[in-house]
Amino acid sequence: MLFDFDALTLARMQFAFTMSFHIIFPAFSIGLASYLAVLEGLWLWKSEQVYRDLFNYWKKIFAVAFGMGVVSGIVMSYQFGTNWSVFSDKAGPVIGPLMGYEVLSAFFLEAGFLGVMLFGEKRVGPGLHYFATLMVAVGTLISATWILSVNSWMQTPAGFSINAAGQFVPEDWWAVIFNPSFPYRFVHMVLAAYLTTAFVVSGIGAWHLLKDTTSRGARVMFSMAMWMAALVAPIQIFAGDLHGLNTLEYQPAKVAAMEGHYDTHAGAPLILFGIPDDEAEVTRYQLAIPKLGSLILTHHADGEVKGLKAFLKEQRPPAEIVFWSFRLMVGIGFLMLGIGLWSLLRRLQKNKLYEDRWLHRAALLMGPSGFVAVLAGWVTTEVGRQPYTVYGLLTTAQSASPIAAPAVATSLVAFIIVYFFVFGAGVFYILRLCGKSPDHVPPEIEHGPSHAAGINPGPALKAGG
Amino acid sequence: MAIDLPFIWAGLIAFAVLAYVILDGFDLGVGILFPLAKKEHDRDVMMNSVAPVWDGNETWLVLGGGGLLAVFPLAYALIMPALYAPLIAMLLALVLRGVAFEFRWRTKRGQFLWDWAFSGGSLVATFAQGMALGALVQGIPVVNRTYAGGWWDWVSPFTLLTGVALVMGYALLGATWLVMKTEGELQETSRKQAWVTGVATIALIGAVSLWTPFLEPLYFARWFAWPAMLFSAIVPLLVLVCIYGLYTGLRDKSDYRPFFSSLGLFVLCFVGLGISFYPYIVPPSLSIWDAAAPDKSLGFLLVGALILIPLILAYTAYSYWVFRGKVDPHEGYH
Repeated sequence: MLFDFDALTLARMQFAFTMSFHIIFPAFSIGLASYLAVLEGLWLWKSEQVYRDLFNYWKKIFAVAFGMGVVSGIVMSYQFGTNWSVFSDKAGPVIGPLMGYEVLSAFFLEAGFLGVMLFGEKRVGPGLHYFATLMVAVGTLISATWILSVNSWMQTPAGFSINAAGQFVPEDWWAVIFNPSFPYRFVHMVLAAYLTTAFVVSGIGAWHLLKDTTSRGARVMFSMAMWMAALVAPIQIFAGDLHGLNTLEYQPAKVAAMEGHYDTHAGAPLILFGIPDDEAEVTRYQLAIPKLGSLILTHHADGEVKGLKAFLKEQRPPAEIVFWSFRLMVGIGFLMLGIGLWSLLRRLQKNKLYEDRWLHRAALLMGPSGFVAVLAGWVTTEVGRQPYTVYGLLTTAQSASPIAAPAVATSLVAFIIVYFFVFGAGVFYILRLCGKSPDHVPPEIEHGPSHAAGINPGPALKAGG
Repeated sequence: MAIDLPFIWAGLIAFAVLAYVILDGFDLGVGILFPLAKKEHDRDVMMNSVAPVWDGNETWLVLGGGGLLAVFPLAYALIMPALYAPLIAMLLALVLRGVAFEFRWRTKRGQFLWDWAFSGGSLVATFAQGMALGALVQGIPVVNRTYAGGWWDWVSPFTLLTGVALVMGYALLGATWLVMKTEGELQETSRKQAWVTGVATIALIGAVSLWTPFLEPLYFARWFAWPAMLFSAIVPLLVLVCIYGLYTGLRDKSDYRPFFSSLGLFVLCFVGLGISFYPYIVPPSLSIWDAAAPDKSLGFLLVGALILIPLILAYTAYSYWVFRGKVDPHEGYH
């Protein structure tokens, strides 16, 4: 079936597939690295065993997730060239150095200190070990900064000119890096990573509370994660709104698709639900609130909101996808806010936070919601900027490599098989680690090199003595 | 502007690729030798000898790719599609072997699967890298900023030879690394493997070196024209020094000498490759100046590279220092 598509469609499918798998892991590891730094800091500060237990508990999960992030990331750094060579040639002079800085300032930092963080506890002192944990956390944030700058530049290009060979050439690096959508996208994504992690942590904490409400580790992680949800979810909704306004200014066609507007309105309604039809240029079965769309987007009840018909048909993004992915993301955002508020209410009553089984069930259900929201958000912004790779300047069709369809289809099938096998197993192992009790966590796993001591009696005696 | 930025960057990219080859070389080599270790305990030790550093080692590959995109975007845009199949194979193989480092400790039942993923992935990634290198040496035809060759150009007797040569070479690095990092029976076995892979590697280096000058008149002129020959002859002489170091190191049962002599061999092969290539980045037609991004891109990243690369080398060295000495079979957080 895959072999029926043209090379461009296949290349896009391949990029979407490998990218979607990849983004899951950084979205988790950015938040988890910071969480680990907080846990180790609390342990060093307060010397309470529970923080050490939680650190060792999440450290093992982090190691598996980070490993998957690394290997799927290596693939990304070559995908630009294998499948989007024309884009690489043209945009390389601008985005290449930013990605170069990401590798130099972030990837090496993470990789260099990850080994010390995971394996070096006995070899370096607690101070140095904490420094390593901090460097890993800082590395993930630096990495996010550069790559979001790259993505934002492709969405809202600035600070460049075009040379004779048709390449984008940097003129003002400050304008390139701090392009108009970068600050919004950066804040929105980092908060999303923190929320994603908070809901994974609270989901796992809730799972253990459901089994044993007295579990100290489960209580601490659940409470910490619920604070994050209560504080960060409202900030995220606010940041998302600002990001949307920025998009309206620079990519009005994307906003029109997100909103499901085909006609330009003064005093546009907010369409809650409906079925956009790009062929007929109409959103059917609308459930809409009059004027609210204009009020949100322009802060005036009668403000003008452009519809998709204001753009040439071949320059519009597909509203059928963007409309729904946007609603999915926003819906999850409000559910997260709801859970956060619920937890705040429960905190008012002594111990109720640890005994409200319905809250725990809801939190468990919301455990993977952050990943869904992150993917839906990226689908919204990436499909919403079609048909361009560099917005308004270079189309996706012009960007592809001159690779024949069968080659792209074959590699796509190979990616699908390997990724499902590898990442399926990885998620299974992570879930299994999550199923273990967060109390009295040994720094080592039962089944590691240590079990070899049973096979070789000599070293076992030495270790025992 | 007096400073030749493309020239400096060609040197830096070459350095990144070399750093990758010698660093990931030994950990891929450990993967290639992995199935030969019969005892589970030995396998654990082999894995643990590279577990803390493999991630940093592969980051040099990302720097090689990302750096090429940044400073020689046209070369990146030509090489990646031309070497599409071997590169995709390499990436998938690296995925499989990379996750094995963590996954094999997470399961007893499925451990054999990840052991296979680790060794199979290491072997395929190495062979693909060797073939890709061979294909680049063979030359990549370019017309109008686009790859103009066929989709199977990367398969030829020469690239098969370079593929096998790299597998042997990495296995040698892996064996000598294990000689340095392990003790007892495993070290003895590794030393024997170092003898075999050492002889095979040297023979294959010889075959590739003799073949290469005849692929391109350019290469031939570089190596055999008078008086350039005087200069390029230094490389083969130094190769002999490294071979001698490897030989005596293995004979005297030295811990360190075999590994560093093998590294020396790799560095010299790389220098030899540089002599053949220069000033081309995509032989036989695209020079480093043709492929370079504008000076504004090169200069901007150079500032960061000059500050950050020494820092990276410092903390990479620190991380190797933390894990120095023989692998303790009881260590590891698992």
